Amino acid sequence: MPTSLNNFYHIFTLTIALFSAPLSLTAKESETPVDLKTEIKEYISHHLKDAYDFSLFSYSNDQGKHIYVGIPLPVILWDNGFHFFSSTKLNHGQDVVPSGDYYYKLEHSKIYRTDAAGTIDYDKSHHPTNLIPLDFSITKAVVSMLLIAFLMFFLFKGLAKSYSVNSRLPEGVGRFFEPIVLYIRDDIARPNIGEKKYRNYMGFLLTVFFFIWFLNMLGLTPLGVNVTGNIAVTFGLSMLTFLITNLTGTKDYWLHIFDPLGASMKWYAKIPLYIILIPIEVLGIFIKPFSLLIRLYANMQAGHIVLMSLIGLMFIFKSWLGSPLSFGLAFAISIIELLVALLQAYIFTMLSALYFGFAAEEH
Amino acid sequence: MEKLIGEFSLGLFFWQSLIFIGLFLLLKKFAWTPILDAVNERETIIKDALASAEAARNEMESLQSDNKRILKEARAEKEALLKEARATRSELINMAKEEAKVEAQKILEQAQKVIQNEKQAALNELRDQVGSIAMDIAGKVLHKELESNEKQLQLVEQLLKEINLK
Repeated sequence: MPTSLNNFYHIFTLTIALFSAPLSLTAKESETPVDLKTEIKEYISHHLKDAYDFSLFSYSNDQGKHIYVGIPLPVILWDNGFHFFSSTKLNHGQDVVPSGDYYYKLEHSKIYRTDAAGTIDYDKSHHPTNLIPLDFSITKAVVSMLLIAFLMFFLFKGLAKSYSVNSRLPEGVGRFFEPIVLYIRDDIARPNIGEKKYRNYMGFLLTVFFFIWFLNMLGLTPLGVNVTGNIAVTFGLSMLTFLITNLTGTKDYWLHIFDPLGASMKWYAKIPLYIILIPIEVLGIFIKPFSLLIRLYANMQAGHIVLMSLIGLMFIFKSWLGSPLSFGLAFAISIIELLVALLQAYIFTMLSALYFGFAAEEH
Repeated sequence: MEKLIGEFSLGLFFWQSLIFIGLFLLLKKFAWTPILDAVNERETIIKDALASAEAARNEMESLQSDNKRILKEARAEKEALLKEARATRSELINMAKEEAKVEAQKILEQAQKVIQNEKQAALNELRDQVGSIAMDIAGKVLHKELESNEKQLQLVEQLLKEINLK
């Protein structure tokens, strides 16, 4: 990667230094032979994807060689047996890693099985045709999730403990989180699920809300992890909503799907309607969680794209007028993203509660 | 859509599910259940405290109204007692007056009787004395004028009849 982009990453890492950056950049700009716009585009798309190491920043040394500074993470592959090696061996796609009987290479944020030389074959539409091994690597996103999981566990365990110590009152940071817990109980769970059953779903709703919110917030830090903007993560979350909804579904819930008109019509009159209605209702079971997964994914993805594009604009404008302008815009969008982070967590929780409400419904 | 499926990483999905479910189970056991229980308990305590405060206030109000009622009753009783006392007093006075009147009448009557008796006695005595004096005088007079006793007595009787003292 050329120097300008390394600076770009550096700046993204240290957002505070944004103002001084364009100046140092303009001096070096003339040396870069590659089109800046394509680079920024590639950089953004690279950032949006998961990574095999937890990179903090990178720079070019005097010889023009890239030095990446970050935490290496373990790569775990299943390819006729487990393959286990450190992500430093991949060397950001530059080296071929021999492991067992096979060779692996990183290409466009994915690990492929290659030959010893590391050749990658492409089909007509420029997709690699190499075999992709089953990948259970501890990636950047996994580490971020573990981090958030630990944080949440100690945070809320502390809150729970403070009640017994402090005569049923929260302490410290718990004073901030208790109202949120109560809000989820009183304004999300209770009205949607009902007084009788809401307690059964509280654990999931609280966990999913704070999990998404904290991960969204982590995505706004200069570490730049994009966990909730990852389709596998949102799929996993909405999958659980789907499973809980349908596994706890009452008789009335299933009756509503397979007999939506109930006793209001004779059975022979219902048949032609049900040919259309039942497939729609059955489809609805899947569409509901699907909308959840797409909404969260698309919102977080879009937020990151907009934010990084605005920061990237600074390098394209290269002027005293344009760069502060795009900085101002990026700053404003960051503020909005803070709101979006909370809002998306709220929407996911709210809609999950709504679906649980359908499932728990009893006439 | 193809791009989305291309982006989907089974490994990430696996780890995400594992971490999330693990986190969910741990938090449910160590955080959410105790937190919600504590909050519920706190809410019940607050509700109970409020209810008991309300009850205490009601009780105090009823006590106050009781006091008022008792005071009112006492006042009414006092009033009644006073009234009764007043009535008794005037009755007593009347009775005493009546009795006194009767007594006075009696005394008066007795006095009149005594006076009458005394008067009668005095009269009788006076009559006797006057009689004897008159007799003496008349005797002396008649001694001179009348020689015979019979004539004298006849004259005295006649005279006495004429002097009717009443």
